Amino acid sequence: MDGAGARVNRLPRRLLIALAVGPTVGLAVFYVWPFVTLVVEAVDATVIADTLGRSSTWEVVWFTAWQAVVSTVMTIAVGMAPAYVLARYDFRGRSVLVGLLTAMFVLPTVVMGAAILALLPDSLDRTVWAVIGAHVVFNLAVVVRVVGSLWEHLPTDMEAAAATLGASRWKVATQISAPLVRPAVTAAATIVFLFTFTSYGVIRILAAPGTRTIEVEVWRRATQLGDIGAAAVLALLQLVVLIAIVSWSTVAQRRHAQAIGLEPTSARRRPQTVGERRFVTLIAGSAVLVAGAPLVALVVRSFSTPTGWSTAAWTGLGRTEIRPGIRVGVDPVEAVVNSLGNALWATSFAVVIGASASLAIVGAGRAGRALDGGLMLPLATSAVTIGFGMLITFDTSPVDWRASWWLVPVGHALIAVPFVVRTCVGVLRSVDPAMGTAAATLGASSIRAWWATLVPYLWRPLAVGAALAAAISLGEFGATSFLSRSGGETMPIAIEQLLGRTGSILQAQGFVLATLLAATTVILVVVVERLRPTEAERAER
Amino acid sequence: MNAPPRDPPGLDIQDVTVTFGVPRAEGTRGRDPSDQQLVLDHVSLSVRSGEVVALLGPSGSGKSTLLRVIAGIIVADSGRVLVHGVDVTQRPTHLRGVGMVFQDNQLFPHMSVLDNVAFGPKMAGIDRSERAEHALTWLRRVGLEGFEHRRVTDLSGGEAKRVALARTLAGEPAVVLLDEPLTGLDRDLHDRLAGELGALLHDADVTTLLVTHDHDEAATIADRTAELTDL
Repeated sequence: MDGAGARVNRLPRRLLIALAVGPTVGLAVFYVWPFVTLVVEAVDATVIADTLGRSSTWEVVWFTAWQAVVSTVMTIAVGMAPAYVLARYDFRGRSVLVGLLTAMFVLPTVVMGAAILALLPDSLDRTVWAVIGAHVVFNLAVVVRVVGSLWEHLPTDMEAAAATLGASRWKVATQISAPLVRPAVTAAATIVFLFTFTSYGVIRILAAPGTRTIEVEVWRRATQLGDIGAAAVLALLQLVVLIAIVSWSTVAQRRHAQAIGLEPTSARRRPQTVGERRFVTLIAGSAVLVAGAPLVALVVRSFSTPTGWSTAAWTGLGRTEIRPGIRVGVDPVEAVVNSLGNALWATSFAVVIGASASLAIVGAGRAGRALDGGLMLPLATSAVTIGFGMLITFDTSPVDWRASWWLVPVGHALIAVPFVVRTCVGVLRSVDPAMGTAAATLGASSIRAWWATLVPYLWRPLAVGAALAAAISLGEFGATSFLSRSGGETMPIAIEQLLGRTGSILQAQGFVLATLLAATTVILVVVVERLRPTEAERAER
Repeated sequence: MNAPPRDPPGLDIQDVTVTFGVPRAEGTRGRDPSDQQLVLDHVSLSVRSGEVVALLGPSGSGKSTLLRVIAGIIVADSGRVLVHGVDVTQRPTHLRGVGMVFQDNQLFPHMSVLDNVAFGPKMAGIDRSERAEHALTWLRRVGLEGFEHRRVTDLSGGEAKRVALARTLAGEPAVVLLDEPLTGLDRDLHDRLAGELGALLHDADVTTLLVTHDHDEAATIADRTAELTDL
C-alpha cells in the first residue's frame, strides 16, 4: 500500500530531471572529461615505458610508500592509548581534547605543515621526520574516532571476564581487546595510509626540496617540467595502488570482523583508582601536548623575529615591499581576498549543485543511486589529480578556461559537493514520507506536498554543507596549485611561498596567514557542529 | 586444652560499602555530595569453604555490585574481601583467584569453544597440550563433547551458558561467582541446567556465591540462601 501511495505521489519526472541535470552536466564536464583526458594522455606505451623505466620514478614510489607505512604505523601506535582513554573514561577536559584532535584533523594540510615547521627546531626542519611528525599529529583524530567509536561500545564485562580468568591488564589488552578492535584498527590504518600516501601539502611545506611523493612529482612534472605524459602515468599509478589498498582493507576487515554484542550506550566511566587516574592524566595530557603544541607554536612564531617579539608581521601584512623598490612577489592581503572570493563562489556552486543533487537523489529513489555514486567519485580521487586533469583539459580553444576566474572555485566546488550531498541526503532520507502522503490527503499536489514537507528540512543541512564547503575551499591546496595563476594566489599557496623564502619577516607572515587560516577553519567547523541536528532532533523526524 | 584451629571461610566479605556517583544534570558544574547514591551499606557475608550460597534480593539491591566488588571489578569505598583467609581487597582482579560467570556469558567471540575454556589454564601458564586436555575434560563434564571447534557465536543460549560455566571452572578458581547465570533461558532448559549446575558445583567442591532473584533456582543449586536486605 505504501509503495502504491508513494508511486501515486511521486514527483513529476520533469522536475527530477531538471534537478539532476545541473549536477550531472557539472560532473561530466569538470570531473569525467578531465579524468578521461588524463587516462588518454597516460595510455601510451612509449610514455609508460619511459616513465616506469626511470630509476627516479621508483625512488619517488619507494619514498611515497615507506613514509606512508612509517607514518601509519606511528599514528596507530601513538593514537591507540588516547583512543582507549577517550573511549573508556570520563574525565574533566575530555570534550576539549576531542575538540582539539578534531580541529587538528580538519585543519588544511598546509596549516598543519606550517604548525609543525613552527614547532620543530631548525635541525629537524625540512627532514622526513618533520613530515612523519606532521602526518602523525594530523591523523591522530582518525585513530581516536574510528577505533574509539568501536572501543567505546565493546562490553567492558568481556575484559572483566578475562581478568577473572587470570589475565593481567597486558594480557587483556593483547589477547581480548586488540583482536576485537582489529577491524577498526585496519580501517583506521587504511584511511591514514591513503592520506599519507597521497600527501602533498605537508611535503611541499616540510620536506627538503628533492624529497617528493607521487603527488608532488605529478605536480613537478606537470607544472615545472611540462612532462604531461609522465605526470599522467604517475597519477594513474597512484590510483592503481590506492584501489589495491582499499580492496585489501575491505577483505581484511571482513575476514577479521566478529559478531560482538556491542553495548548500545557508551561504557565510559570516571577513573576509579589512583593508578587509573594517573594513567588517564598521563595519556590525556600527552595528547593535548602533541595536538596543541603545534598550534601554539604557530601563533608564537607569527610574533617572533630574530630581534625579539614583534607585531610587524601582522601589521605589515599589506606591504609587499621588503625593501624600498624590492617586492617579494607574494601579497598576503591579496591572497586573503582571493581566498575569500574563491570560498564565496565555491560555496555558492557547491550549495546550488549539492542541494539540487540531494533533492534529485532522494526524489528518484533507486534511480538516484547512479548520481549519488557519481558525485562521490571526486572524494576517491586526489585533489592533485583533479587539478591536473582540469589543467590539461581546459587548455585549448574553445574550452581554454585556464585564465577564467571561476575555474579555481569550480575545482573547489567539485571537491566540496560530496560533503554537501552526504550531509543533505542523510537528513532528507530520514524525513517520514507519511508527511507527504498526509499533505496529499489534504489536497496538496505532489510538488506542493514535496515543497511543504521535504524542502524545509533542507536548509539546516545545507547550512552545514555550506560551512564545510567554505572550509574546504579556504584550505584547498592540491587542485589550486595547478589551477591558480600569478596574482590569483590563495592563502595556502601564499603560505607555501612565504615559508619557502628566506627572511624572518616573510616566514613570520607565512605563520600569520597560517594562523588566520587555522582560526577561520576552526570557526567554520564549530559552526558546523552547532548546526548539525542533535540525536533528539533526528528522532523527531 | 586449645580449641582445634578452624578453617577460614572460603569467602569472607566484611563491612563493604559502595556509593556510585549520579551523573550530573545537563548544564550544572562542580561536585555535589548529594550526587552520591549508596548502593551497598556495610555489607558482610561469610561463605564456608566448598559451600554454595545463593544471594537473593530485589532488583537494584546491589547483588551484582557485590559480586563485582568481590571480583575486583568495582572498588569499594570501604570494607574487606578475604578469600580463604587471605585479604585480596587491594589485589587486581586477575590475582584474586575469583572466577565469575556473567549474566550474558561474555564469551570471547574471536576464539573457538575450546580456546574459550582453555583461556584460564593458558593464563596460568599451563602448556598447550595439557590445557587442551583440561578444557576437553570440562567440556565433557558440561555435556559439550564435540563442540570444541565450534564458534561461540553459533551456540544456542543453553550451550553458551555451559561454555561460560566450563570456562570459569576450568580456571580452578578458589571462589566462583555466578551472576544470574540462568536468566533468559526457557523454563525447561532453566530447570534442567539448574539441576546440572548444582551437581557440578558440589562435585567441584568450590566455594560459590550465586546471585539470583529466583527462589526455586536458589533452592535447587545452593546449600544456603541469604537475602541482601538482611545483610
